[in-house]
Amino acid sequence: MLIIGEKLSIIAKRVREAMFAKDKGPIQEIAKRQYSQGARMIDANIGPAEDGGEDLMQWMVTTIQEVVPAPICLDTTNYKALEAGLKVHNNEWGRPLINSTSNDPERFPILELGAKYNSQVIGLTVGKGGLPADAEERCAIAAEIMARAMEYGMPLEDLYLDPLVLQVATSQDHAAHVIKAIKMFQELNDPAMKTVVGLSNISNGCPKHVRPILDKYYLALLMYSGLTAAIADPAEVTETAKTIDVFMGKTLYAHSYLEM
Amino acid sequence: MSFAPPKETWSGKTFEITIGNGAKAVKIGGENVFSFHGFEGNYPNRPVIAYEVQDIPPDDWPQMVKDVYAGVSADPVTWAKHCVEKLGAKAIALRLAGTHPDKGDISADQAAETVKKVSSAVDVPLIILGSNHAEKDSVVLVKAAEAAKGTNALLGKAQEANYKTIVAAALANDLKLIAMSELDINLSKQLNILITQMGFDKERLVTDPMSSALSYGLEYTYSVMERIKLAALAQNDAVLQGPMLADVGMYVWKVKETQALEADLPQWGNLKDRGVAWEAVTTTSLLVAGTNLAIMRHPDAVAAVEKFIAEMEG
Repeated sequence: MLIIGEKLSIIAKRVREAMFAKDKGPIQEIAKRQYSQGARMIDANIGPAEDGGEDLMQWMVTTIQEVVPAPICLDTTNYKALEAGLKVHNNEWGRPLINSTSNDPERFPILELGAKYNSQVIGLTVGKGGLPADAEERCAIAAEIMARAMEYGMPLEDLYLDPLVLQVATSQDHAAHVIKAIKMFQELNDPAMKTVVGLSNISNGCPKHVRPILDKYYLALLMYSGLTAAIADPAEVTETAKTIDVFMGKTLYAHSYLEM
Repeated sequence: MSFAPPKETWSGKTFEITIGNGAKAVKIGGENVFSFHGFEGNYPNRPVIAYEVQDIPPDDWPQMVKDVYAGVSADPVTWAKHCVEKLGAKAIALRLAGTHPDKGDISADQAAETVKKVSSAVDVPLIILGSNHAEKDSVVLVKAAEAAKGTNALLGKAQEANYKTIVAAALANDLKLIAMSELDINLSKQLNILITQMGFDKERLVTDPMSSALSYGLEYTYSVMERIKLAALAQNDAVLQGPMLADVGMYVWKVKETQALEADLPQWGNLKDRGVAWEAVTTTSLLVAGTNLAIMRHPDAVAAVEKFIAEMEG
């Protein structure tokens, strides 16, 4: 399973400060650490970045790829920043992933961007009408996004459906809805649709000491349901991901499997 | 409407390994498809067959194989030269059988002398094998490796019980290395991990999942090899992307079917045809399973396998 390292987010104070100061040190250190911990794609979350978003995304992409042989998950709602990032992305280690489009007409151009730059795109299954109520509603929205993707000339193999993980502390029912959605999404196409989650959302707002427990068990269930990728903290989830990959027959067991 | 056969393509690829130096060096591996599936992708190197030569006369080989090497097998240098010059061997597998405590217990220094002599007498790549006595091999192969420094030979076999010293010897003398485990895919992967964790480059490692003869467990070797190949190609499992070795002759030429006389078992037919067929069928099966390098004994069996390879390659 693909782990997309979540730690380079503008929400974190240290990262935010480094972004504003264009200080490569902390960014590269965090990127390298996530890679060594098992992340094979690095999320670069620059927020809406209304001022200077283009420069910032380009700087993030090149700064990370200077030290880590991995593709970048470009995480912003800013269309121009996405395009700027895609222009400098080095595809040597894999194609980029845009985070994200949804069933909101304002976000449709992002699919066009994906098609134009041969990038993969995350389709978040929410629309203008608020949060989806259950797995079925998530599927209905997914089908809309898929139809839109085909309209814009983006292959469905390049679309990752994201069912939107909600906080277990406030929306407990959705934990099960999302697991069901991961299974149902795959049925929407042949070959099966790819899926991704923002994992740590499940434990958002929970006490610090239970967060890793919630994240890891939830990831195990999602992987059992066929999850393709997770945006997560590799330090926390790599062990789970490697172990479930063994149980699911995705990698061959050896006593030192955790070291590989 | 014409028929287009479906193609299976994979994301992984095996490492290409060069053994030996100069014009006669051989390359094995490097493919991103199953054996002989060049029509689906890259299959740059055909499998290589090495002739087995021993440091001591082959007293425990069946008479019909001993007969083939009568007059040359008393001396490993003469024997190796015969294989290269008369039989066209592309590689020589020198087995230091006489170092085994039960077969003469020849010293490591003496074995190293033999390695030196044979490697300077032939210009084809050398595969240097111990006697499969884990403890003795860890002494013998260290000396043998020193004697083979600079030849880019393939040294083996490192096993779970003795890999540390043998890996260190291969590292110090810049040799390629065989890692062997006993018909267990998970242990095979584990051994490769342990060896690479010692700093040995996985791109210099050949995997021997242990061979077996037709009707004596061949299907086990076959499925382990097939699974290793799948891990390499479909799962991109880097520690299992080395080429694979099948040490066939030593297993084939001790089973009943390659020994029993026609007089005793007339329904089994002519012994010579039977024995040659047994080695050839065992080897071709393992080539199909994913073997890149096979070690064989009987020239007629080698010829049959070479013919098979040529036909498969079209």
